Amino acid sequence: MNFELAEEYQMVRRMVRDFAEKEVAPRAEEIDATDTFPVDLLRRMGELGIIGLPFPEEYGGSGMDYMSLVIALEEIARVSGTMAIVLDAQTSLCGEPIYLYGTEEQKRKYLAPVARGEKIGAFGLTEPNAGSDAGATQTRAVRDGDEWVINGQKIYITNGSAADVVVITAKTDPDAGTRGISSFIIEKGTPGFQPGRDEVKMGLKGSLTSELFFEDCRIPAENLLGTENEGFKQFLRTLDAGRVAIAAMAVGLAQGAFEKALAYAKERHQFGRPIAKFQAIQWMLAESATDIEAARLMVHRAAWLREQGTRFTKEASMAKLLATEVSERVCWKAIQIHGGLGYVREAGVERMYRDQRLCAIGEGTNEIQRLVIARQLLRE
Amino acid sequence: MHIVVCTKQTPDSAAKLAVDDAGHVSWGDSPIVINPWDEYAVEEALLLKDRIDGDVQVVVISMGPEEALEALKHAIAMGCDRAIRIWDEAFAGSDTLATSYVLARAIEKIGDVGMVLFGKSAIDSQTGQVAVAVARRLGFSPLTNVIKIAEIDGASMTAERLLEEGRQVVQAPLPAVVGTTKGINEPRYPSFMGIRKATRAEYPLWTAGDIGAAADKVGAAGSGVRWERIFAPPAREGSAEIVAADTVEESARILVDKLLAEKVI
Ligand SMILES: Cc1cc2nc3c(=O)[nH]c(=O)nc-3n(C[C@H](O)[C@H](O)[C@H](O)COP(=O)(O)OP(=O)(O)OC[C@H]3O[C@@H](n4cnc5c(N)ncnc54)[C@H](O)[C@@H]3O)c2cc1C
Ligand SMILES: Cc1cc2nc3c(=O)[nH]c(=O)nc-3n(C[C@H](O)[C@H](O)[C@H](O)COP(=O)(O)OP(=O)(O)OC[C@H]3O[C@@H](n4cnc5c(N)ncnc54)[C@H](O)[C@@H]3O)c2cc1C
Repeated sequence: MNFELAEEYQMVRRMVRDFAEKEVAPRAEEIDATDTFPVDLLRRMGELGIIGLPFPEEYGGSGMDYMSLVIALEEIARVSGTMAIVLDAQTSLCGEPIYLYGTEEQKRKYLAPVARGEKIGAFGLTEPNAGSDAGATQTRAVRDGDEWVINGQKIYITNGSAADVVVITAKTDPDAGTRGISSFIIEKGTPGFQPGRDEVKMGLKGSLTSELFFEDCRIPAENLLGTENEGFKQFLRTLDAGRVAIAAMAVGLAQGAFEKALAYAKERHQFGRPIAKFQAIQWMLAESATDIEAARLMVHRAAWLREQGTRFTKEASMAKLLATEVSERVCWKAIQIHGGLGYVREAGVERMYRDQRLCAIGEGTNEIQRLVIARQLLRE
Repeated sequence: MHIVVCTKQTPDSAAKLAVDDAGHVSWGDSPIVINPWDEYAVEEALLLKDRIDGDVQVVVISMGPEEALEALKHAIAMGCDRAIRIWDEAFAGSDTLATSYVLARAIEKIGDVGMVLFGKSAIDSQTGQVAVAVARRLGFSPLTNVIKIAEIDGASMTAERLLEEGRQVVQAPLPAVVGTTKGINEPRYPSFMGIRKATRAEYPLWTAGDIGAAADKVGAAGSGVRWERIFAPPAREGSAEIVAADTVEESARILVDKLLAEKVI
């Protein structure tokens, strides 16, 4: 039994932290304030191999593993929630299903440039009438000779309007329920595929959350991803990993906010002493540190289970549920410890609070996580 | 040809150093990292390897106990070909005189060395003496404060040195010792392939016997410096005052008066 991160992971953490502090942190405030998509930072993460962490070198990856990606997400989120969600969508949501279910050719053609950050990737599951109930997808794919014809709409797709490569789900057998869904790879510029507007959001500003429209969009038959009619099963598996990624992002945001709060508590004087001398502040710090420790352990364990190749659906949902509630509490306390300054932009903690809020919603709401956990418990 | 990079492990630059009454220096649980200045030396060695024709190997060395491995691993993760740690209980207490002796012996043992690269100084002891001392011991051309290696071939090099007066262009025969300075390059991040290599690489240990070091030239016995007392410098006292007046001109006048009164100007 060993709770220490292996040396390799510690080196990954140090490298990504160095990058995050040098190149991402100085931009975080501006990205939030201007709400512009930092495409150069996405490319840089590709160049440095951060996007490619979980993929083998022959597919443009860095030959590391999912655990390394989880650590990288923590470190990026520690300074910028926006860049973390961009990384998550690129690697975990778009790259991962192509890696898991793609043919050799699809991996070379699509995964490699996505892993290197040369192409922007997105994953389109959510629709106006299919959110938590993702099986209710209304987008249709009909086979016509050597092509598939896609019709439908996706919403809230991260990286969506900038994406060069989008993995989407669509009904291929409308009478078969969740057993009639398949996944497809769609390239930007394909006639009939049109991005819509980008949402204006509470946080994660600068990340794109887009509508995607498909109108008689014809794609070659070989762009089917994985097995026909097994799309639902496939994305459930993708989401297990995605949930660990979102949980890692929550841990990173909590860590960043906590560090700011801890430093401020020691600096800020009231009633003739640093506010860190007040027990009320100490308790908030103690609770936050404990919360983060617990969440990180659960996230790392879920990622570790995945490396072992065992089922980790329950653990992934538990990690996501806990970590995203922890980030809410920790960021709330970080603002509280900063007092009025916490509510002001300059301190940066209100940004983290807004950014972390998505974590309890994306990749399955926390209500859905409870449902998944309970289902696993009752089945066991 | 070998290019050797000398590197030292130091506490992270963010570490809070403390000195107790007995003179023991500690830096809390701050991590031990590669001396930040040495990253420039490693980067330059890797760049030179690409510039020089022929078979060039970059060897990184460090004299130090177990913790020195951190610096060596970082250098391997950046792309160095191999690493050697040099340590012996007898080396404990070495000053710059003894350290340079040990490093010079190790460099001789590596053999076929065209250049030895150093950081500007070590961020902890910060004497900046080791590079020139090693050059002197080996009879290599000593070039410090190098901001640019303009030309290099198998036999000689042209470098720009950053001096207070400006830049100086110098030419020197190889082998040379090059003390790098900030601005010579932008050190790369370790690559993930490099990280994998670093965690699996072998780090041979050379002891006093391996490098043929004489007992009276190393450690406290071989050192000229004795540390009589180690203490933290007294905290600086100071106070700040904000000059407030209705107009900028008025503020400036008050400020000038105060500076004159303090005999600052
Ligand atoms: C910033 C952002 C980025 C996103 N990125 C992507 C992306 O890249 N790709 C993608 O496909 N999607 C993405 N999404 C969509 C996201 O995954 C969905 O918003 C989420 O799954 C919830 O779906 P919904 O919004 O339709 O909510 P609904 O499903 O309508 O949920 C509304 C409420 O009802 C609750 N609820 C629903 N069903 C149940 C139930 N059975 N039991 C109990 N409570 C229930 C929910 O928990 C929630 O509280 C993103 C969303 C946002 C905001
Ligand atoms: C374990 C240990 C015990 C020590 N004990 C004593 C002591 O008892 N008395 C005493 O006076 N001093 C002692 N020192 C300090 C020692 O004298 C200096 O650290 C050393 O001589 C280097 O000087 P500097 O740090 O000023 O390096 P600088 O001259 O400022 O460093 C310039 C460059 O030299 C290279 N370099 C420096 N040190 C090494 C090294 N060890 N291996 C490889 N390259 C190096 C690096 O490239 C560095 O950037 C000790 C150091 C260590 C590591």
